[in-house]
This record gives sequence, C-alpha cells and structure tokens, in this order.
Amino acid sequence: MATQHSRSAARFMMAPAVILLLGWMLVPLTMTLWFSFRNYFPLRPDRVPGWAGFSNFERFISSSAFWPSVQTTLVIVGGVLVITIVLGVALALLLDQPMWGQGIVRILVIAPFFVMPTVSALVWKNMFMDPTNGLLAHLWRFFGAEPLAWLSEAPTVSIVMIVSWQWLPFATLILLTAVQSLDGEQLEASEMDGASPLSRFYHIILPHLSRAITIVVLIQTIFLLSIFAEIYVTTGGAFGTRTLTYLIFQRVLESQNVGLGSAGGVYAIILANIVAIFLMRIVGKNLDR
Amino acid sequence: MARAVTPRRKALNTAISWAVGLLIFFPILWTILTSFKTEAEAIADPPLFLNFSWTLENYAVVQERSDYMRFLWNSVIIAGGSTVLGVMIAVPAAWSMAFVPSRRTKDILLWMLSTKMLPAVGVLYPIYLICIEFGLLDSRAALVVILMLINLPIIVWMLYTYFREIPGEILEASRMDGAGLKEEILYVLTPMAIPGIASTLLLNFILAWNEAFWTLNLTAANAAPLTAFIASYSSPEGLFYAKLSAASTMAIAPILILGWFSQKQLVRGLTFGAVK
Amino acid sequence: MSLKRVLGATTALTLCTAAAVAQDTTITIATVNNGDMIRMQGYTDTFTSQTGIGVEWVTLEENVLRQRVTTDITTRGGQFDIMTIGMYETPIWGANGWLVPLDDLSAEYDVQDILPAMRDGLSHDGTLYAAPFYGESSMVMYRTDLMEKAGLEMPDAPTWQFIREAAAAMDNDAEDINGICLRGKAGWGEGGAFITVTANSFGARWFDEDWTPQFDQPEWNEALSFFVNLMNDYGPAGYATNGFNENLSLFQQGKCGMWIDATVAASFVTNPADSTVADHVGFALAPNAEGVDKRANWLWAWALAIPAGTQKADAAKQFIEWATSKDYIELVAENEGWANVPPGARTSLYETPEYQEVPFAEKTLQSINAADPTNPTVDPVPYVGIQFVAIPEFAGLATQVSQEFSAVYAGQQTVEQALEKAQAIATEEMEAAGY
Repeated sequence: MATQHSRSAARFMMAPAVILLLGWMLVPLTMTLWFSFRNYFPLRPDRVPGWAGFSNFERFISSSAFWPSVQTTLVIVGGVLVITIVLGVALALLLDQPMWGQGIVRILVIAPFFVMPTVSALVWKNMFMDPTNGLLAHLWRFFGAEPLAWLSEAPTVSIVMIVSWQWLPFATLILLTAVQSLDGEQLEASEMDGASPLSRFYHIILPHLSRAITIVVLIQTIFLLSIFAEIYVTTGGAFGTRTLTYLIFQRVLESQNVGLGSAGGVYAIILANIVAIFLMRIVGKNLDR
Repeated sequence: MARAVTPRRKALNTAISWAVGLLIFFPILWTILTSFKTEAEAIADPPLFLNFSWTLENYAVVQERSDYMRFLWNSVIIAGGSTVLGVMIAVPAAWSMAFVPSRRTKDILLWMLSTKMLPAVGVLYPIYLICIEFGLLDSRAALVVILMLINLPIIVWMLYTYFREIPGEILEASRMDGAGLKEEILYVLTPMAIPGIASTLLLNFILAWNEAFWTLNLTAANAAPLTAFIASYSSPEGLFYAKLSAASTMAIAPILILGWFSQKQLVRGLTFGAVK
Repeated sequence: MSLKRVLGATTALTLCTAAAVAQDTTITIATVNNGDMIRMQGYTDTFTSQTGIGVEWVTLEENVLRQRVTTDITTRGGQFDIMTIGMYETPIWGANGWLVPLDDLSAEYDVQDILPAMRDGLSHDGTLYAAPFYGESSMVMYRTDLMEKAGLEMPDAPTWQFIREAAAAMDNDAEDINGICLRGKAGWGEGGAFITVTANSFGARWFDEDWTPQFDQPEWNEALSFFVNLMNDYGPAGYATNGFNENLSLFQQGKCGMWIDATVAASFVTNPADSTVADHVGFALAPNAEGVDKRANWLWAWALAIPAGTQKADAAKQFIEWATSKDYIELVAENEGWANVPPGARTSLYETPEYQEVPFAEKTLQSINAADPTNPTVDPVPYVGIQFVAIPEFAGLATQVSQEFSAVYAGQQTVEQALEKAQAIATEEMEAAGY
C-alpha cells in the first residue's frame, strides 16, 4: 500500500515531530557536550571560562561518589520495577475478578498516579515516615516496637517504597488492560483439563502478559532513571541515596560547577542508552510480535 | 476474562479488593483528612482519624497567603496547552509511522524515547540562557513548548500503537472511495482512534501537570503553576502538617477529580500497544 | 462651585493620577517561607497604599529559593527586583558586582542603627549590599521545669560538659523526653551549620591559612565524637534527619530537655498558641568546650538585596527601606505584640523598653554580639563566616561533607571514616576550584 506518493507524504507528516525532537535533543545535547569540555563556574566570574579538555570527565568518573551513585540508580530502578510488576500483576488479576464497586476500587488504586511527586514525597516523609509524628511510628509503637527512623535507617528502601507507590497504578492499569484481553475460553479449557491455578498462571496468563510487562519496564525505566523530587525532598542525597541524576544536580546547582555537571550529564546519557539497548535486546523482541 | 462466579466468591473478591484499594488510597485519604484538622490535632498522639473538630481554617490561611486560582489557571494552561500542541504535532507523525512504516520506523521511535533520558538539571543553564535571550522567562509559552517537547515521545508512541491496531483495509477502502490524505485522517482514522487519543491526552495532561523541575525553575510570579504553589508550603518553620495537607489537597484535587471522571477512558485506552 | 470643592476635586484627581501612574510599577520579590516573611506579606497592602508600588511575591521553601535566585543572578535573568538572601550569599555576590550597593539609604532609615555584626556580615569592602530583615545567632533553649526537677541550674554560659550532664539528668525514656535535641540533617545550612559551630567551639576549623582542609586534625575528631556520643545517648531517635523544623516541633511538644538552635526559635517556643511548654523555657548562651575561648553560636541574617540590572531599583529600594525600617517593627509590634517583631537587626529594638521585657531579648542580643565572623574559631582562618565559609564552592562542598556526618549519626559509618571522607571530598573540591 505504500506508494511513492504516500511515502513522501509520510515523510512530510513526520517532519514536524522529528525536527522538533531533533532540535530539542540536539540543542541541549550540544550545549551539554560543549560545557562538559569547558571550565564554567557561574559563581566565579573572576575565572574566565576556558577549555578544559577531558579533565571534567576524568574528575567526574574518578570522584568517590560516582560508582556508588550508579549502583544506587540501578538499585532504585530495579527495586521499583520488581515491586510494581509483581504487585501490578497481582492487582490486575484481582481487579479483573467480578466484584461490587469495581469502578470505585479502580479509582482508589490508580489515584496515587495523579499525585505530584513532590507532594507524595512530602506526605510520605512527614506524615508517614517521621519517627516521632509519623503514622508508621504510631503503628510500630502500637505493636510495642521501637519506631523506625525510616529515612536514615532504611533510606533506599523508603525511597523505593515511595516511588513504587507512585508507579504501581501505572503498571496495574497497563497490565489490567492486558488481563482483560485474556482468552476466557482458553482458560476454561485448561481448567477443565485439570490444570492447577499455578500452572494456568505460568503457562497461559504470564506469557500473555509478557508484552504488557515489557512495555511497563520500558516506560517506567525511562521515568525512573530521572527521578529527582522524591530524593530531593526526603534525604537530599544523604545515606547513600544519591543517584546519578542527583549527583549531577549537586555538581551543577550546589557546587555551581557546570562543566563538571555537564560531563556527568554525558555519562548519564551513556548509561541511559546502555540500559535502553540492554532492554531492547532482552525484552524488545516482545514489541515486534 | 470476567466469568460468572458464585456470590460467595464475589463477596470475597470484593472484600479483598476494597481492602487493597483503601490501603493504596490511604495516604491520599489521610492527607485530605489532615487538611481539616488544626495543627495540634494533626500531630496528636494517638492519631485522630475522624473524631476531631473539622475546620476549614487551613484552606482559609492558604488562600489568604497565595492566590490559588492563579496557580490553578497557570497549571491548566500549561498542562492543557502542551498536551494539545503535542497531540497536534504527534498525530501526523504517528500516522505515517503506523501506515507507511519503513526500515527506520522502529529506530526513530526508540530514538525519540531516548531523548527523554537526558537529565534535566544538566541543561538547566543552557535552557535558562536561551529563555533569557528570547524573553521567555516566567512565561507560560515557554513552559507549554518545553513540556510539549518532553512528552512528545510518549505521545507519538502511544498514538502509534493505537493507529497500528486499526486495520489497513479500512484505509484502503476509503482511498478507493477517493478520500484524500486529509479526509482519510480526519474522517476515517480519527474517529476510530478517539479512545486512544483521549487517553493520550489524559495521560500527558497528568504528566505535564505533575512536572516539577522546569515549571519551578523557569517561573517567578506570572506563570507559576501549582508545583510552585506547593514549594511555598513544603517546609516552613513551625507546625505545618495541616497547612501542607490543605495545600497538597488543593494541588492534587483538580487532577484527581478529572481522573475520577475519566477513569474508564484511561483504563480502556492506556495500552501502549500492550494488547494485540 | 466653592473654592473648597474645586480644590478637593483637583486634589482627588491628582492623587488618582499619581496612584495610577505609580501602580504601573510592580516589583517582584523572591522570599523564603519563614514566619516573619509571611507576616510581612500580610502587610503588603500597607506599603502599596503608602507608595503606590505594587508587590508580587514569589514565596519558596529555602532550598528551592536558593537554587532559584542563584540561577537567576548568575545568568542575569532579571526575574526578581528583590531577592531574599543570607549572610553567605551577600558578600560573594556583592564582590561580583551582582547587587545594587545600598549606600544611599535615606537619613531617617538610619543605617547606623543596624547591629554592627549584621552590617559587617552583609557588606563587602565596607559597602552594604543587603538590608537585614531579621538576624539571628544561636543559643541554648532549655526546659526550666525539667532542670528544676533534675536539681540543676543552667549557668548563663554553660560548657559542653555541663550540657551533657544536664542532658543525662533530663533524659527520661518513660515520659518520652529526650535530654537534648540538635540538628543532624544533611545540608550545609542544616546539620552542616550546627556541626561547624560545634567544631569551632572545640577549636577546629575548616581550612588552615593555605586553604588546606583540616578534617584530619584531632579537634575535628573530638568535636564530632562528642556530638555523636551526646546525641546517641540522649538525643531523639532518627536525629540524623532532624533539622530546624523537626526539632522545633519536638521541643514545642515537650519532647526535648534542651535545644540549641537559632535565636529566632525563641519566639516560637514561647508562643502559647503553638507550644505546649511556652511557660517553661529558659535561655543561655551557646556552649563551649572547656578551655576553648569560642562558643558554638553562629551568625545569620535573612536580608533583602536588589540584583544589579533591575529596571525598578528605586521602587525596590523604597520597599527595602520600608520592610527593614523602625516603623515596620513598630507596625508589627502594634498589631501582633513585641515578641513577634523581626528580631536581631536593629540596635534600637533592643533599647526599646517594651522589647526588653521579652524574655529572650537579652540573650539574643548577647549571642549576636558574641559572634565574630572574621575570627570564627581559635586558630586563624583565611575565610569569613562562622557556620559557613564565604566562598562560592562552600555550599556544595559542605552539603557533601555534612552528608558523610549524617551517615555517622545514622550509624552507617564511624567518626574516623566520615572525617577521612570529608578530608578527601574537601581536597578534591578545592582542587577542582583551583585554590
């Protein structure tokens, strides 16, 4: 169906989006690259910006904070992905069952997705995780336990919890749509054959969901690699919760060293692309089906 | 795959689902409840659930301090503008990717998504300088454009997956009938893709509404949306749980209500091509 | 038509035109969401009706504000006509020529009335670049009832050893009372500020005269170990994430025997509307280690400054003169009582008989006067600033260092490990900055 005519029309129609995104990507990317080779200290006008060679790149990667921050990034992204997918599948299966008030339950479950990250971080930090006045502290005390100082004793876990709470609805929604498209007859047939619920889950449901899971992984990874507000509000990067994005923030805005931060930005793009390629290789085949 | 089940099974499902739903919703519920307490009641030990003297005082204080409607209006314009603009640009692109795919289509799509991974803070200074150059600081226009660009990859991708589910034969039939490209998109494709477009609009409206880096860093007094409104209540001196809760409730209420009314749409349309 | 009516009409008309013309000027002010600033916003109308200048407020939480105004001033963004900045930023920005000098303030403003410590801290090379809206030092706030119960008496100028003794005596797990509450939260303006003044009072310093970081010196080890032991023994659970606000709320709820923090907190903890212990709060100077002639008190001011390049410098100056004037203090005193006026900025305030009645006035003034930004510690240093080092690199550096310290408070590493890392971070940053 693709004639020469429609092909050129297609190119023409794709042009605005491609050109805009190209611009959006190239302009900042070029600027980031440019700055990463410069000495640029906004707060030090006495130091004339100059060529820095690769020193920013060397300094950024040799800093003691670099590898831990990469590790933290991967732990947080991985943790949230595992939690949201496991719980998301469970929730999707649950919500698909016949029940009273399905619509209301559904809105309750997806509500966290509507909450601004800053607000949810503030609410969790102050009203739930605070070791004195937080609800979790009250709960702990009610059961006679010593309240946990969440954000200093289990900082990464706390952040993973908050972020998972925010992203669980998204995973559930996509997985729910997939569950709803399950072939009921196939399930019933296997039920007749005496397949246990567990084996039905592994042999019919999970394969059917694999495409949806792929998409959840892909989209969430893109967003999770750049989470910021949740860390900024809760720990400020202390206690080993400094992700790569946060480290760049510290270099650019707290230390006011734009060159160094930009070099970090280049590393972050490289890391993101490694993750992306990895994702594509491992799970991307699912998209082609 | 919904099937007929016994009432007992249904009752059990209902109980479990409601319990889980309420648990997930609880932090929001607690925030809303706290917004009606006094500051002292907000930190009472043991915590007060419903047995407190309900007051609207916090809302009055917040409204007196900051003009909520102005922040709200800015949020609506910025989130709405960027979403509509984004969809207008994305529909043709997604159309051509879905119906005239080439070898490069998938690469282009993935490349578009990868632009989302550039850490925003790394380009704060460049973008700030560009905005100064064009006099766009503290303007809604700049934020509409930037948020549109941030979300464009997601919009293109979502629309692409919806369009791909539309059978090509229908388009060919319409072409036989002499429909031009414009008619084809306007009268054949769009009506079929309305659920998809609607959920795309919704999702991106939510994402733009909640975006808190650019909206905070590029605005001052005129264009500041609700994210900036929150930043003035986040950690002041003294007790603040109740006031923070009131401000938070005000910031998330509009989108929560929108979500409430459109949840069917969202549930139906948010597939990203997950369903074949 | 009588002459009177003509005159009246003309006057009214002139006034209207004047108001209309003046209303065209609207200044944008970026400020922090602290209580005194929010109060000031409430009086905006008074200012507008006096001068015809409109005011737009951009109120932000402290960290966001800092980030926002720094980006704007370094890029010459011109988003704000007045910025609320502190004693750390002012001399650096002033030296860079980014602020409008406040050297032509009116006679009735009486610039000499501003407390000398504040004036010096907000000046560069003798030129004032920001006018203090309120100023603070830090001091000990303690529960008089608990001290009495413990059979102790707080001296006017306690030592750290006494503070520890008192904390031990007041600590009561059964009643949920912590002997002492102090800042442990990461961030240069939070726990970073507190540990720095503590270190000063043990004779430690950030850098020697050649800008070599000093974390490998025994004084730092002594100071940090003392702090950690004190807090682990008698501090609240999770103090590693407690900042000013968390401690304020603990103290107001009666959960702390002592709290050493900003002098402005005194008006919050003695305010019966918010504080359950308002009637039982005493004040003392910040402590020192035995044999060290420096106390752990800082000096800070939130001040209003005009970024160079604004078109509305005159209107902005008018606002600053209004907001930091004696009249403004009286206006607030009249409406909300003397305890609620912005403290620590003007000498005349402390000479006002009504204000001398306020329980914390005397100790606040003594604390402010005892602070010397040019000699923050025992040994000489190459920098200005008590709880900070007035160089552009400090904010980033000190935040990272204080994160290492907070990790000690949370029990994730030892004092020695943290100091070793702090030394490495500081060396690295100073090298990168070219010192």
